[in-house]
Amino acid sequence: MLSTGPLFPRIQQASDHSFMVFFGEGISRLHHRNVVRLFRLLRLQPNRATRNLHPAYSSVLISFNPLLTHPNDFRAYVHELVERLDMVELSAPRVIEIPVCYDRSLGQDLEFVAHHNGLTIEDVVRYHCSVEYLVYFIGFSPGFPYLGELPSNLASPRLSSPRLSVPAGSVAIGGSQTGIYSVSSPGGWRIIGRTPMKLFNPDLDPPSVLEMGDLVRFRPIALTEYQQ
Amino acid sequence: MARICSLSVISPGFLSTVQDFGRFHCAHWGISPAGAADPVALRLGNSLLGNPPGAPAIEMTLTGGSFRFDSDLSIALAGSDFGPTLDSTVIPIWQTIFVKSGQVLRCGPTKSGARCYLCVDGGINVSPILSSSSTHVLNSLGGIGGRPLIAGDVLGCAPHHILPHGNLLTVKESALRPLYRCGAFRITPGLQSDLFSLDTRALLSSSPYIVKEESNRMGLRLSGPSLGSGIIKEMTTEGVSLGAVQVPPDGQPIVLFVEHPTTGGYPKIANVALADIHRLGQCRPRDTIRFQFVTHEEAFFLLTKQERLLAPDQCLLSTP
Repeated sequence: MLSTGPLFPRIQQASDHSFMVFFGEGISRLHHRNVVRLFRLLRLQPNRATRNLHPAYSSVLISFNPLLTHPNDFRAYVHELVERLDMVELSAPRVIEIPVCYDRSLGQDLEFVAHHNGLTIEDVVRYHCSVEYLVYFIGFSPGFPYLGELPSNLASPRLSSPRLSVPAGSVAIGGSQTGIYSVSSPGGWRIIGRTPMKLFNPDLDPPSVLEMGDLVRFRPIALTEYQQ
Repeated sequence: MARICSLSVISPGFLSTVQDFGRFHCAHWGISPAGAADPVALRLGNSLLGNPPGAPAIEMTLTGGSFRFDSDLSIALAGSDFGPTLDSTVIPIWQTIFVKSGQVLRCGPTKSGARCYLCVDGGINVSPILSSSSTHVLNSLGGIGGRPLIAGDVLGCAPHHILPHGNLLTVKESALRPLYRCGAFRITPGLQSDLFSLDTRALLSSSPYIVKEESNRMGLRLSGPSLGSGIIKEMTTEGVSLGAVQVPPDGQPIVLFVEHPTTGGYPKIANVALADIHRLGQCRPRDTIRFQFVTHEEAFFLLTKQERLLAPDQCLLSTP
């Protein structure tokens, strides 16, 4: 078992139809690797009652149908997998390049993010494209990747009142996190650009271009290239 | 040989969507299940027609729509009473109805809860997306083009029965009464229950909460005594469950419903028991609801008890 402290991993019943496995607190790559390991095991050795897996930064929520597997038996199943995490070998991550147009017409909060951090817009773009981001997990809405780590000099507060609709492809910053609205949805993060790449398509298998554990690199493109 | 039948939407009412039991195994792509807000009504409606329990049906919300049948067909209305008529004749809910080609079903404003299902022999036929026909309204996924029904939509179905005849079934009153009991919603402790004081937890289980107008298939927003005092801890985003009672900084709880985001960062004080989820689907704006804490074991017992009630030989009555 891969221990990350005396209290972890910890299995806690979240509801009468779900269990949570916590690997630690906060955001770290160590917790992330354990999340990926458990997720892989849950897929390799499925329980017939499993309904959904919700991986996140340092935890995996597993929902199940208690009429198919008794909750006590389901907990035992999860416990057994958690005990065998070290059996899972993690493969080398894929690196995916995502073109982003950081034009003010598409990134309506570019100026705010620049001003908030005492930078020029060019600086914001340069810093945002300067690192490789890890896809910690896909969550919130279809195909939305939670990416880390955002250069600390780009951190920006969320909107106090979320926008009712953020266009698909919007690249955004929320606090010290960055992500992409793969489909149009409500959202409270600061929008700094947009990608023409279609990141979510329900007719494909898998429907999401990005998967947990991928590495992402942003490449700035001109408005003319975006419009093509 | 399979017959292909259809029905046309004359008017959709307030919000009508195609729903089944939901889209599972997709949460790791950020997709929540959607599915019927009252899965018990969907199941009963389908059982009146001999359909699989989760066969796709039309979920109507608060005010129902009007539909013209383009073929002879068996149908059933299940859930709340939307005052349905067939060619101006009042028809009952919770019962198999045989309709003739050309007849028009009209539903109006609800006389009881929030949702009524129009089930048809064989189920509504739409192309499944990720193994489900459910419409996820917020994510524009599934159903007809990922959207609610509009006037002019034509929905197909493939009835099991060559001619619309067979058993005329009704759901027993003695089954409906316990399934749609009026009491408190049973809740189990949430993942962050310990962040809330005993007094706060007692407040949740002793106070009435009003369902706000902004409530929808994503969540029921409640208004009542604040549960927020003293919750300042920032949480790392984590997975969330159907029925989770989460408490944002303003202290007004939100019950996550069928179209909930797959992850969230608000602490969860409780989770509605699976056996009461279908009753959440019947809550209307301005309804007053109450909560009652039970253990996980009690919640499981309630679910198995409900499952026994839903067995066709327990809940259906055959009328000659």
